[in-house]
Amino acid sequence: MITNFSGKKISAMLGILPETIGHFDDEIGNYSFPAQQTMRLKKVMGYNQHRLSKETSTVSDFGVFGLNYILQNGWIKKEEIGAVVVVSLCPDYFVPHNSNIIAGNCGLGDGVICLDIAQGCCGFLIGLMQSFMLLDHLPNKKVVLVNGDVLSHKISKRDRNDYPLIGDAATITVVENDASAKSIYYEMHMDGSRGGALKIPAGGFRMPASSDTAKMQDLGDGNFRALDHMHMDGSEIFNFVQTDVASMLLNVFNKGVAKIEDFDYFFFHQPNRFMLQKLAEKVGIPKDKLFMNLVENFGNPSGASIPLTAIYNCRESLLNENKRCCLAAFGSGLAWGVMFMDIGNLDYCEMVESNL
Amino acid sequence: MDEKKKILEMLAELRPEFDYENSSNFVEDGLLDSFDIVSLTTMLEEYFKVTIDGMSIVPENYASVDAILALVKSSKGSN
Repeated sequence: MITNFSGKKISAMLGILPETIGHFDDEIGNYSFPAQQTMRLKKVMGYNQHRLSKETSTVSDFGVFGLNYILQNGWIKKEEIGAVVVVSLCPDYFVPHNSNIIAGNCGLGDGVICLDIAQGCCGFLIGLMQSFMLLDHLPNKKVVLVNGDVLSHKISKRDRNDYPLIGDAATITVVENDASAKSIYYEMHMDGSRGGALKIPAGGFRMPASSDTAKMQDLGDGNFRALDHMHMDGSEIFNFVQTDVASMLLNVFNKGVAKIEDFDYFFFHQPNRFMLQKLAEKVGIPKDKLFMNLVENFGNPSGASIPLTAIYNCRESLLNENKRCCLAAFGSGLAWGVMFMDIGNLDYCEMVESNL
Repeated sequence: MDEKKKILEMLAELRPEFDYENSSNFVEDGLLDSFDIVSLTTMLEEYFKVTIDGMSIVPENYASVDAILALVKSSKGSN
């Protein structure tokens, strides 16, 4: 899908972090690899520390916390909200839906559209796409876009390939109509035939969770995980990023849609430092405009990674200036996409900690 | 230092428990996994002052000392 959106803007961004920090150095003993070998990955991959939610905390808890924060601090009024869109891989239940739970707990009225989208790493771009489309039918309203995941609950603590990278977090982005906003370029690709590269095999209707699916086993690569846990085929994802994602970006920059030098910031999804660095080298993106510090400070928070990167690194400038931004995401599905849009002169932009 | 010796030194530093001189294919023999390849790539880039293209980070280019050296030399040529 390639399209343009017009008359839409982001007016506020909130990052919500759990207060618990897991430290890579403390977790090395959980893995079955030599410590020296594992330590070497610290710098290369960006393993350092990650945010971990409580076992009892869910995405809707983060959404309620964040939306109440926004409402109580006057960022937005309840009656201004036309829709709540939640993009997450972590539903509280199969039924009801996270967006309904959040809207209900925050006391939004029955005129508010509630919509859940099950997407991972591309969740911010897909959430914006959906928000923009909704706004075409909600001329005087705003959309509250919630991106959040608590995937640490679904990763084995004995999986050195995945556990050190993952982080729990949520973001809330307020999206609204603005006739003067610059046109937004959007491109999204999806290839379900390669979906097995990022997978949680058990827990759905195909393979319900059971005592069998909870059994930990070495699946041949030295990492111990169960079928209930998420697994990423690192080699396949790396190749995917180096081929499909790099080609998409090179193509869009080479065909004249935009030039690399047009952008102030590159906010990309951050799977790990090495993968992002190799992508930047291939596409020729200047490293001083591409932020790669999310994994080492918070872990990879899936669909929340792009807004969290923006809030963490550029809060002041996004509050005070208008910036031309290139957003790119890639991951589960497989899905990969890019968006060019102006972000800035935000009404609000903040990061908060919760006790979740 | 001889380039091949340096590569063997890096491999020994990375996974001291393995004997790389008696393996015909480091990856197939299980002496290097994908995360070792990532670590070795950064070691090679730092020592030989090259940038290894992401598309070249594939198992066959890490199968032997000769293959790794060829990768380094081709990366020098493309930088």
